[in-house]
Amino acid sequence: MIDRNSPVTEDELHAYVDDEIAADRRGAVEAWLASHPEDAARVAQWRAQADAIRARYGMLASEPVPARFDLDKLTRGARSWRTVAAAAVIVAFLAGGVVGWMARGASAAAPSRFDTFTTQALDAHRVYVVEVRHPVEVTGAERPHLVQWLSKRLDYELRIPDLEPSGLKLVGGRLLPGPFGPAALCMYEGPSGERFTIYYARTDSPQTAMRYRAADRFAALYWVEHGLAYVVSGPAERERLLNVAQAAYDQIDKSPPQARP
Amino acid sequence: MGGFRQGIESAIPALRRYARALTRNVELADDLVQDTLVRALRSEHLFHGGDIRSWLYTILTNLNRNRLRALARRPALQAIDDNDAPETAGPEAGARDIERALASLVEDQRTALLLVVLEGLTYREVAEVQGVPIGTVMSRLARARMQIKAYLDGERPALRRIK
Repeated sequence: MIDRNSPVTEDELHAYVDDEIAADRRGAVEAWLASHPEDAARVAQWRAQADAIRARYGMLASEPVPARFDLDKLTRGARSWRTVAAAAVIVAFLAGGVVGWMARGASAAAPSRFDTFTTQALDAHRVYVVEVRHPVEVTGAERPHLVQWLSKRLDYELRIPDLEPSGLKLVGGRLLPGPFGPAALCMYEGPSGERFTIYYARTDSPQTAMRYRAADRFAALYWVEHGLAYVVSGPAERERLLNVAQAAYDQIDKSPPQARP
Repeated sequence: MGGFRQGIESAIPALRRYARALTRNVELADDLVQDTLVRALRSEHLFHGGDIRSWLYTILTNLNRNRLRALARRPALQAIDDNDAPETAGPEAGARDIERALASLVEDQRTALLLVVLEGLTYREVAEVQGVPIGTVMSRLARARMQIKAYLDGERPALRRIK
């Protein structure tokens, strides 16, 4: 048997406040508090803290639940490319800090194409997005010529997506020296001047899921499909970048490009 | 199956409340809740019965911890609440005070305190969510309460920890 009059511990005071006190000790705690004003004051303070927290945040649970939390939508999405990529990005973001989770595995195995291409793409992005007068070599007004020229140099039928639905105008493109031959960089511009680029380079690495990488103010999403590596770079704003990359991916995916025969 | 989804669905309001108090940022909180839901829905096979709410709190708590770790590794600039702003009177000020007091806590202490006082979890449930013995939960709780009192009494730390 526990002595009803044994001294009350600090743990018991907390348990008392949180309604976790054993029934047979409640009386002892109450008696203790009656004769120990300092402890009674502490208990009162803890209760006041809890009340303040509940007053501040409690009503949030009665807010209507926004549509984004619709479970059917979240499940449906989980099967589509979008959410798989979104999840990958989120995981990368959460787990990786700078370089995504998949990159860790990949780079442990071999010098990673992911590192090589995203470094190149982000470097090019950083250099050219600040250009006012000469951001590109061929402007978006000459789209057919741009596609033809870059496709010829990369020896690959490039798809340069139309991102106007995402609010991005094609500024144009340029040729870059890549790590394994020529690479291409297409630039897009949003209404407030924010710029995104898509980097293209031939690669022998197999198809991959999207991978995320952040570097300073910029971030990049990388994937490989049909022998071409794509890196979409832009301001380090996860959601927006993902949306842009999705839009680009969807268009490219609709008419998969091919290496020239 | 139906019970699983229903269980998740009915926990959303509480998860939002918890995430909001944990992060003190509306957008961040809802992102965290969405990530939690997506992960839970994909991990149904990992759920071996028990209290679905505790399980969701565990996922959310871990995601938040990972988020903070990732932030800590990056030399990113984070908005720090303007501690020097003049205090105004009224209930608004009270709400801000408790918000800042919570912000001054170490993450594990804040989590323990919020799970107990806001979410109404038992000490045992909090121990499971945090993956620590009950004694650890209790000492986190005690330290959290002490720190909040010190903060509200005006003993604000001279140097704010920069996360």
